Amino acid sequence: MAVVTTRQKASWSVANTIVALYALIPVLWILSLSLKEKSTFTDGHFIPRGWTFQNFVDIFQVGGFTRPLLNSIGIAVIATFVAIVIGTFAAYAIARLDFPGKKLMLGASLLIAMFPQVSLVTPMFQVERSIGLFNTWPGLILPYITFTLPLTIYTLSSFLREIPWELEKAAKMDGATPFQAFRQVIVPLAMPGVVTTAILAFIQCWNDFVFAISLTSTNSARTAPAAIAFFTGASQFEDPTGSIAAAAIVITIPIIIFVLIFQRRIVSGLTSGAVKG
Amino acid sequence: MTQATVQSKTRVAPGGAGVAKAKKPLSDGKRSERKLGWLLCLPAAVVMVVVTIYPIVYSVMLSLQRYDLRFPDKRGFVGFANYATVLTNEFWWRAFLITMIITVVSVAFELVLGMTLAMVMHRTVLGKGFVRTLALIPYGIVTVAAAYGWQYAWTPNTGYLAQLPLWSGSAPLTHQASSMAIIILAEIWKTTPFMALLLMAGLAVVPEELQKAAAMDGASAWQRFTKVTLPLMKPAILVALLFRVLDAVRVYDNIYVLTNGANGTSSLSITTYHNLISGLNLGIGSTMSVLMFITVAVIAFLFIKVFGTAAPGSENMGRR
Repeated sequence: MAVVTTRQKASWSVANTIVALYALIPVLWILSLSLKEKSTFTDGHFIPRGWTFQNFVDIFQVGGFTRPLLNSIGIAVIATFVAIVIGTFAAYAIARLDFPGKKLMLGASLLIAMFPQVSLVTPMFQVERSIGLFNTWPGLILPYITFTLPLTIYTLSSFLREIPWELEKAAKMDGATPFQAFRQVIVPLAMPGVVTTAILAFIQCWNDFVFAISLTSTNSARTAPAAIAFFTGASQFEDPTGSIAAAAIVITIPIIIFVLIFQRRIVSGLTSGAVKG
Repeated sequence: MTQATVQSKTRVAPGGAGVAKAKKPLSDGKRSERKLGWLLCLPAAVVMVVVTIYPIVYSVMLSLQRYDLRFPDKRGFVGFANYATVLTNEFWWRAFLITMIITVVSVAFELVLGMTLAMVMHRTVLGKGFVRTLALIPYGIVTVAAAYGWQYAWTPNTGYLAQLPLWSGSAPLTHQASSMAIIILAEIWKTTPFMALLLMAGLAVVPEELQKAAAMDGASAWQRFTKVTLPLMKPAILVALLFRVLDAVRVYDNIYVLTNGANGTSSLSITTYHNLISGLNLGIGSTMSVLMFITVAVIAFLFIKVFGTAAPGSENMGRR
């Protein structure tokens, strides 16, 4: 394996190129649509003939995309944060402590990871309307926390098992309580795992559509993916193609940035947790 | 992942012995450890119970009632009448069939493509990081955004794919067979990388020496793959399949954007959703929710029983 022959290089380049085309063509197509001038949407060319940024300007200035985008960011960040905090507690307990009910906890979270979200839509729609959570941020944050918790607990507890626990013992010998040992020794060591898990949880919240479209009715809480589905164009009679494509690109950018920066971590997180949620 | 299941038996020592010890009086340390364990799990448990268990119970209750938001006065207990209505309804079974077709076809393709992609990511000697980064893009992209891309790609005049002479100018998203094919294509594109990553984790546990030994014994590349790699990867494959099947059964976003259930492409999720939002029929909608939940539970159960996938809740499931 030490020496890579030219032939090997060539065949792997072909394989890599195929992967690149597979992953990029659909994304480049949306990018191309978003950059097309309004008159050229129906020319069917993969590469735009008339380039413009007008579609991006329009979705913010006329399309009211700012609010859904802020909703998306706010809701996903808060839900991720809360899920990480309470998920870390649970993952620590599962990875480190001996207590009855551990299996139940893991079983329950796995059940939720596999749960058909749409099954929750009907009861949640009714419950949220009666307690005033319908069409509010908390109304979406709550289900997002719940559905990212399994992923958080599984991924984090597998990361936490890898930590050198002798350090915790040493801290306890030096007189630290279990909680102090957790907070001052383990938390800093666990940070990489926590960051990885947070990214995965964020992607999951960012991606949600079922809850976003069922539990909101106006832009006051509607997230970006749901808002895109309601785009009708700058005016009622206008083709929304450009707006939808531009908005799709806007919500794709953060993910691409995450992937570029944290590729290694995302891969290790996904393969160690094995839970998508 | 094979290792994982084996390891879990041996490595759990601190937790596994708990049952046997339970009878003996607990030391102070043990008791405080238990307390801390419960305390740390409490917030997560509370959220999960409040947001899922309660709605599920509520859903079961609603499913036993006649409850249509358009006629709130007629609300009342009807026993299993809603179940009879749904289960004798042609639309429900058609949605069931559509969902199963999408699930089986897309997961089958994903398994083959995912395995190929996993091989490339695992073995490539050129730009490993580059390939993995690229493969993560479909995984990370918002399904709805990608779905609109596919929709426009297949719209006559607008799309580059609809231009291909193969379809001779027809509109693929207006016919059932072609709509289904496009929905399945969108699903496959988006989730193959996820499948590939799970399979790659499985590939990593196949010892290199075994491959070399097999090669020395004169096994061809294909023989090494089917006789050495695949059997060792079985647990990883089953876990990946289980996750993907359960995910595919709830297919929603792609269909919503591509056809919104038109031309006979309505899945279980889409049917349930339409019943709630357009129909505002909570009784029937809840019945469908419960039935969908049961469907998923049965699939998970069969997987675990028939294929012997590591049981949910077993300590190290799908982990290494």
